Amino acid sequence: MYKILTKRELNDAVTMMEVEAPLIAAKAKAGQFIIFRVDEYGERIPLTVAGTDTERGAVMIIFQKVGKGTQRLGALEVGDAILDFVGPLGHPSELEGYEHACVVGGGVGCAIAYPSAKALHAQGTEVTVIAGFRNKDIVILEDEFAAIADELHITTDDGSYGTKGFVTDKLKELIAQREAEGRPPFDLVVAIGPVVMMKFVAKLTAEYGIKTLVSLNPIMVDGTGMCGGCRVTVNNEIKFACVDGPEFDGHQVDFDELILRNNMYRDQESKGKPHYCRIGLTAARDEEE
Amino acid sequence: MEVQRRKPNMSLTKVPMPHQDPIERASNFNEVALGYTAEMAMEEARRCLQCKHRPCVNGCPVHVKIPEFVHLVAEGEFAAAYDKILETNCLPAVCGRVCPQENQCEEVCVRGIKGEPVGIGRLERFVADWYMKNVRKPIEKLPSNGHKVAIIGGGPAGLTCAGDLAALGYEVTIFEAFQKAGGVLVYGIPEFRLPKAIVAAEVDSLIKRGVKVETNMVIGRVLSIDELITDYNFEAIFLGTGAGLPVFLKIPGIGLPGVYSANEYLTRTNLMKAYDQRYDTPIRISRSVAVIGGGNVAMDAARTALRLGAEKVYIVYRRSEADMPARLEEVHHAKEEGIEILDYTDIDAIESADEREVSSILVHKMRPGEPDKSGRPRPIPIPDSQFSLEADTVILAIGTSPNPLIRHTTEGLDFDKRGCLIADKVSGATSRKGIFAGGDAVTGAATVIEAMGAGKKAAAAIHEFIVSGQRAEVPEE
Repeated sequence: MYKILTKRELNDAVTMMEVEAPLIAAKAKAGQFIIFRVDEYGERIPLTVAGTDTERGAVMIIFQKVGKGTQRLGALEVGDAILDFVGPLGHPSELEGYEHACVVGGGVGCAIAYPSAKALHAQGTEVTVIAGFRNKDIVILEDEFAAIADELHITTDDGSYGTKGFVTDKLKELIAQREAEGRPPFDLVVAIGPVVMMKFVAKLTAEYGIKTLVSLNPIMVDGTGMCGGCRVTVNNEIKFACVDGPEFDGHQVDFDELILRNNMYRDQESKGKPHYCRIGLTAARDEEE
Repeated sequence: MEVQRRKPNMSLTKVPMPHQDPIERASNFNEVALGYTAEMAMEEARRCLQCKHRPCVNGCPVHVKIPEFVHLVAEGEFAAAYDKILETNCLPAVCGRVCPQENQCEEVCVRGIKGEPVGIGRLERFVADWYMKNVRKPIEKLPSNGHKVAIIGGGPAGLTCAGDLAALGYEVTIFEAFQKAGGVLVYGIPEFRLPKAIVAAEVDSLIKRGVKVETNMVIGRVLSIDELITDYNFEAIFLGTGAGLPVFLKIPGIGLPGVYSANEYLTRTNLMKAYDQRYDTPIRISRSVAVIGGGNVAMDAARTALRLGAEKVYIVYRRSEADMPARLEEVHHAKEEGIEILDYTDIDAIESADEREVSSILVHKMRPGEPDKSGRPRPIPIPDSQFSLEADTVILAIGTSPNPLIRHTTEGLDFDKRGCLIADKVSGATSRKGIFAGGDAVTGAATVIEAMGAGKKAAAAIHEFIVSGQRAEVPEE
């Protein structure tokens, strides 16, 4: 069992937790993920590691309560325990060698983007952060980003906070602005957020030829390469997000396929698990006959 | 040993195995084969001639003392029969159910020359089940010999290796990546063929004998092999990491929703219990399912799809039905339950009518050609034979390859071109001192009992290694 050490609601839908898992805390690096299962009946759900505290043996996770698994995790309190907590899985981010990075986060994706921004800052890279949200009420991690970013730009879809517009608008503006001011162009964009956002960021940066990393979070079961449920098409090849990723070159990912695959169980998620199996049908059939 | 002989039962056929009715069982996950009664077992055991040259024993990868235990069954000495099996096989309830006996012990049985061989598998299962139900012998933990061995992977190879080492007094720790030990026995083989309570009982008895099971431990990520040796003082390591990586065909449509690897489909159902309302893990609701492949995994996936509610399930296989690698009994059961086998049929593409999810597959017919390396006729495509088959779910059961995690995270281990660990056939010794390996991680996908055989040999080799005063070392930079 893995004890919940701290819990903070970042907004109505997004929760931050620290979970006691000293072995994972000692090993996890930016870009890696864990898989949790709340209890015997729970699903295995992947979450990117948002941070670690090796002294306290704590692994920080930030999650949006969208499905049953994350809702049930969010219902737990400090002192409660999670049945299974596995990791660190996947490859760490490869961020070395870049000098002028732009980290783009969308919604709860900012939680995953934050460790990358922090790691870039720590290695001396100039870090610009664009954090996009639907509206003012769901802005998260503003202080955390401000502490490590050379420049922080917040956008909201409705203009209720920061700049009105999408992250892609801001990114395009910044690229042009840097060029006009004679500042060095971005040599790396890290885009983490909804798949659609990553798709359009990658489309934009492809026009400018800026290397772009995206972190994918497809549906998966085991997280060790065993099920292939998390397969994505990258550069026309099948890759497993769990063992080959979760970060990939954004210019090579087939985002449209990923969007389709991520919606695979949406009907079941929204309606609750339906009764579909045939147990008991024989009896019913007998009655009919 | 001169065995007192009763008059043998000269029936040419095995005592029939009681089964759940095919129509009934196609809509439940309960075990299909119900098992012999004591009377049936004794009657079947009397079909054994107790022949002197005992070919069956050599047909078994772990050399179960078959004539001896069968004789004890014939005498009604079931507890003694169990002890006899346990001398060489620590998982009899599992093996009695999932071993391909027709290619092993029963293939060489003298009674099989004329008529059916002795139902050795059925007898082994009976003995194990009888023992579990009737004997409550406290399992004693042996005094420790003070030596620590780590087992990576809690599947059949690892469990067997752990059991044999624990019996010699070793302090054994199994590191398992999943939440439950058992490997393919829990994630792959379905409940209706191998009830999970049986696997749990076997693992539990290992724990009672002092084996530690650390779940949720992905070795290579959370701890490296070298850390186990240097920081945790394990003196030898056994790698039983299996062949868990599913192979996907390079055909159009492979990424469509509704296309599964058999591994994913079975893991969702078996380990995560998607068929049970109380569990959250979802699985696709299917009407028509095409399973690609002809092995046991294909049969398991097809029969699972049927039980999850599919109205029509096809098995699409590119060779003949007779050439399928699956156990005969599984093919037989699948057909009884209404699964249609399309043999000499190969898949070309997976199609989607709405560009959102699978709706059909495109296949073509094959014909037998000259025998290939496997000795089976090479399937040759028949021109202009392409047709479309309606399927809203496609399950690929065309094989797996070893998991690359250990390969990517451990220095100094040698692997072959397929990614299989290179290990000595007898001892399981790898290119690194004190690291042994066995099972599918070495052979590629094979059977439970072969993996158990490898785990057993490695346990003996690890014992010899440690007794000789050696221990695993980390190579110097």
